Amino acid sequence: MANMAQAIRMALHYAEENLGVTDIFGEDVGMPLGGVFTCTQGLKTTWNSPLDERGIIGAAMGIAMGGGRPVAEIQFCDYVYNTIDLLKLAGNTCWSTNGDWNLPMVVRTPVGSGIRGSIYHSHSFDATMTHIPGWKVVMPSTPLDAYGLLISACKDQNPVMFLEPKALLRVKGEERIPGEPDDDKVLSKMIDAPLGELRTNWKPQWPELEAYAVPFGKGKKVREGSQVTVVSYGRTLPLCAKAAATLADEGISAEVIDLRSLWPYDWELIKESVQKTGRVLYVNEDTEVTNFGEHLVRRTVEELFYSLLAPPRLLAGKFLPGIGLADSLEMASVPQQGDITHAIRSLAGEQP
Amino acid sequence: MSRPRLIKEASAPLQLDKELLLRIHDLMVKTRALEERLIQMYKQGHGYFWIGGPGEEAFNVPLGMLMKKGQGPEYDYLHAHYRQSGTLMALGEEPIGALRQMKNTATDPYSGGRNFAGHFSLKKYNVAPVSSPIEVQYAVAPGTAMMQKRVGGDGITIVTGGDAGTAEGDFASCLVWSSRPANPLPILIIVTNNKWGISTSGEGQHGETRISDRAKAFNIPAKTINGNDPVEAYQEIQAAMEYVRKERKPYFIEALVSRLYGHSSASGANFVGDEVDCLKQFEARLEQEGFMTRQQMDDLRNKYTEELAAAARQVRDEPQPEPDSIWKHIYAEDK
Ligand SMILES: Cc1ncc(C[n+]2csc(CCOP(=O)(O)OP(=O)(O)O)c2C)c(N)n1
Repeated sequence: MANMAQAIRMALHYAEENLGVTDIFGEDVGMPLGGVFTCTQGLKTTWNSPLDERGIIGAAMGIAMGGGRPVAEIQFCDYVYNTIDLLKLAGNTCWSTNGDWNLPMVVRTPVGSGIRGSIYHSHSFDATMTHIPGWKVVMPSTPLDAYGLLISACKDQNPVMFLEPKALLRVKGEERIPGEPDDDKVLSKMIDAPLGELRTNWKPQWPELEAYAVPFGKGKKVREGSQVTVVSYGRTLPLCAKAAATLADEGISAEVIDLRSLWPYDWELIKESVQKTGRVLYVNEDTEVTNFGEHLVRRTVEELFYSLLAPPRLLAGKFLPGIGLADSLEMASVPQQGDITHAIRSLAGEQP
Repeated sequence: MSRPRLIKEASAPLQLDKELLLRIHDLMVKTRALEERLIQMYKQGHGYFWIGGPGEEAFNVPLGMLMKKGQGPEYDYLHAHYRQSGTLMALGEEPIGALRQMKNTATDPYSGGRNFAGHFSLKKYNVAPVSSPIEVQYAVAPGTAMMQKRVGGDGITIVTGGDAGTAEGDFASCLVWSSRPANPLPILIIVTNNKWGISTSGEGQHGETRISDRAKAFNIPAKTINGNDPVEAYQEIQAAMEYVRKERKPYFIEALVSRLYGHSSASGANFVGDEVDCLKQFEARLEQEGFMTRQQMDDLRNKYTEELAAAARQVRDEPQPEPDSIWKHIYAEDK
């Protein structure tokens, strides 16, 4: 099965061939590297931009205005912060012109911890991004969802922020991308650029990919359960699924929802689940103060209060200026497997 | 900062056809009457904020006249700032649209009552939405130029902004992205230099001798021109556009202009007497050459002033946007 980086690459290839994507660009996005996480190797429309994040977001807006369909990459989301006002502008262009202009553009950027990236390669961006109206914001946790969400992003008439959990980029999926070969080694030979000299004349051999789109605003029930609802996305999602599996052996039944799409998001799915279980834990790794999960907690309290058997909880990253390089520091800063298991267990045990 | 010596004296013979000169004059008067009406509306409480370009007509009108007007990359894109009513009038816009934006009525053609005065947006003529954060347009403009280069034809991208704003990184971005040797872009980069930020003078803002010198460091041909002279402006813009259209490479113009009513309503929007008035100067020359009489010029001014007063009365009675309309156009599907 493809890993997420390969899935992203395949989605971009599909989008170049079928959805009119004209420019896939950013720092080191073109060959020879094909992106620092190799997500853009071998694609037709890639190019290396100047080392200028504001220029990248600005150019994407201009390309979209000029009739193109850009997919811009910010090398790490930690460096997208100096473009915030441009993101705001891209988000308000349709509204402020009363519908005259719209910007069909995608921005991809790796987010979160998990590669010991230290202070400036471990940020999350979901809380900040969901604070910028006019964008659609998605974050996959599996290669297949990455493929399907990116295809939807490349079809959308509006700016879409595609957040890539960097800890999951090398994790193989459990589901096949429609069209990918059965054998991982075969896939790798076809679409992973070789190292060194060999790369100079290398051309990928793309599999016959099929259309597959994950619609925005649709979450996914990853595991059925009856006692606790756990809502997550990105890096922490598989940890939540694993925690639920572990706890099943203890007789705790946790339902796990992968939100996938943060804006718009699938409130119906959350609501139905919380009404059934009466308990909900939101998990992500952005800093906990003014966290997107806080919005979900607020809405849960306001709309589902009388269905609740326990206060809704948020397990998020600590409110710290950064994530330290040492393994012990990173592990202590953002939710880990044990934290999640513990949080679900304690919530399941809480009685009114 | 002392004014640079100008290449051509304002008294030199007029070098354009009479008919063209009269069209420029007509649009300059129309624009001035519009701006003065907008200021009056603001002062009478028929608007919350004014910012515009009285004093920049001699540059902005020729710019609009010379643009290749239309929609899509075959035509010119304009990434303007908030002082460009003259350019919009020259593109054929009726002044009542700007009044509607000032009065933030539902009929405001540029933003539906959502945005400030002078914040034009016109997809049908490739006028990118004007944004309040200054200078961001310089980061966006290379994108449309890239598309134009790829599509072919002779469409170019034009970006304008103020001198103080060149301190923002976006200005540097524009120079970098436009002049990469591997992919130079068909873009006319313009800075209208009125010597001021809001109240900070040029000396307090930037140390280069000419702003156009910065373009030279990127091997972009650059010129500082007298933006108060419509003839010089017309000729220089025309030559610059020809170069960009044909060579598909960037060109830079720094236009020295006046700021006749200060920065905006934030600084009072009162007439500033010691600035060169491009319209007055041009009218003196038209009279001197025998192209127009004082009477004809006064009649024209009165005609526009009356038309705009009538338009302002009309706009006053037009409806405000419905409160529920806030939910419209957040996304393009709502169209
Ligand atoms: C990014 C940003 N910072 C500050 C402001 C507030 N502001 C509006 S206009 C202005 C001065 C701009 O001067 P200049 O670039 O010379 O243009 P001018 O208005 O003189 O044409 C400032 C500071 C703003 N609009 N945007």
